[in-house]
Amino acid sequence: MELLGIIWVSLRVSLAATTLAALASVPLGFWIAVREFPGKRVVVVILNTLFSLPTVVVGLLVYGLLSHSGPLGSLKLLYTPAGMTLGQWILATPVITALTYAATKGVDERVRPTALTLGADGWQAGLMVLREARYGLLAAVVAGFGRVISEVGAAIMIGGNIRGYTRTITTAIALETSKGEFQIGLILGVILLAVALSVNLFVHAFLRARP
Amino acid sequence: MERRPKIFSLKNFYLHSVGWGLISLLTASAWAKEPGRLKLATTTSTENSGLLAYLLPDFEKRFDLKVDVIAVGTGKALKLAENGDADLVLVHAPELEAAFVRAGFGVNRRAVMKNEFVIVGPPADPARVKGSSDAAKAMSQVKQSGAVFVSRGDYSGTHQKEKALWALVQGQPEKNYLEAGQGMEAALFMANEKQAYTLTDRGTYLAVMDKLNLLILFEHDPMLDNPYSVIAVNPGRHPHVNYLDAMLFIAWLTSPETQARIETFQKHGQALFRPAAVPQPAPK
Repeated sequence: MELLGIIWVSLRVSLAATTLAALASVPLGFWIAVREFPGKRVVVVILNTLFSLPTVVVGLLVYGLLSHSGPLGSLKLLYTPAGMTLGQWILATPVITALTYAATKGVDERVRPTALTLGADGWQAGLMVLREARYGLLAAVVAGFGRVISEVGAAIMIGGNIRGYTRTITTAIALETSKGEFQIGLILGVILLAVALSVNLFVHAFLRARP
Repeated sequence: MERRPKIFSLKNFYLHSVGWGLISLLTASAWAKEPGRLKLATTTSTENSGLLAYLLPDFEKRFDLKVDVIAVGTGKALKLAENGDADLVLVHAPELEAAFVRAGFGVNRRAVMKNEFVIVGPPADPARVKGSSDAAKAMSQVKQSGAVFVSRGDYSGTHQKEKALWALVQGQPEKNYLEAGQGMEAALFMANEKQAYTLTDRGTYLAVMDKLNLLILFEHDPMLDNPYSVIAVNPGRHPHVNYLDAMLFIAWLTSPETQARIETFQKHGQALFRPAAVPQPAPK
């Protein structure tokens, strides 16, 4: 029972963070790819650099924000799943944005002008490009999900590893390992992979169902 | 456009509804908030030993309150409380606690229970710690012999005690002194791998001793007493804290019933904590 609770916390926090990040990052990455603007290269380099953002640093930053002594303390989000979602959202956003950018860039450059020639308007042409990039977009979102469901630094700093409330699979692994229960830690690692596999299978079926 | 995407298909509509429905449900539930919670910042020894899991259900059921246990080292627990991020603390570092109360961060400090520190090391005991006259002498033996010592190095209560002991023998060793910077169990495993000495609370040692080739080499010295106290965060300083429930928790934890249950909590047939909140009346 306790295990189911832990899996549920992991899933709902990571899926919520990935979904929220994807809603903002896919359009953003697409926009960066198709638009020309000054400093575009700098933005792309910064996004790629943020892949390396240490999860503990995000944990510390968000702790500072959400702590009662911090600017957002009155929201009372520290040590709640919602606070963890915020931290993981910060971690997933650059990953999804940069990979969406790369996927969009990888689409044949003739798709857009061809669609426009064939009578599509700007929006429809854009959708055509997205459609061509769909596997890359899927990879972007899945990579974002992988980044957050497997991280422990932000989850433990912001969530506090509270039993039955904010304990996730990864923070449980950290706890069991610290207690010397290496076997339980490994089993939990396998469970995390199984959970990630189910999510990926679901997403894949979702994509295959499209025309 | 010849390959114009199909606008509507029932199968797609169905799949999308299920997918988005699930996603919005997950998103919403992640933001839902539950009332009636009490945040207790404490040390890893009370949580990892299983003591809190043993005691807390009674409190939660009796008063219909959820206790969120944030198990970190004593130093960090006090820091969280100082920032107003906990309602109360259960910690074990008397000097830090006194400073915490003096600085106005905490109120109503009560003694809860005691256990004791022990010095563990390799069975061969190369530093001849066994049979030392007191704890300071034992530490000095480790230092003189040049044996490896693993320190927590994390401002925990155990680390505080260790530093206090080193202070009695003119400071920690300069060589063969490893700072783990981790919890008690991790420090014990490191000491085991290195066949080194370390200072540990008896409870954590008992909990993992099956996995260790380390023995208790020095114990039973008043210098190694490990008292735990509970302190409420000062509501004058942090008006948002759940002060009344924190005091309810303190009253419950120091009540004769809960104190008796602390005494019955055992591991490997040994009691881990001795209750210390209810003073025994002096015989008339």
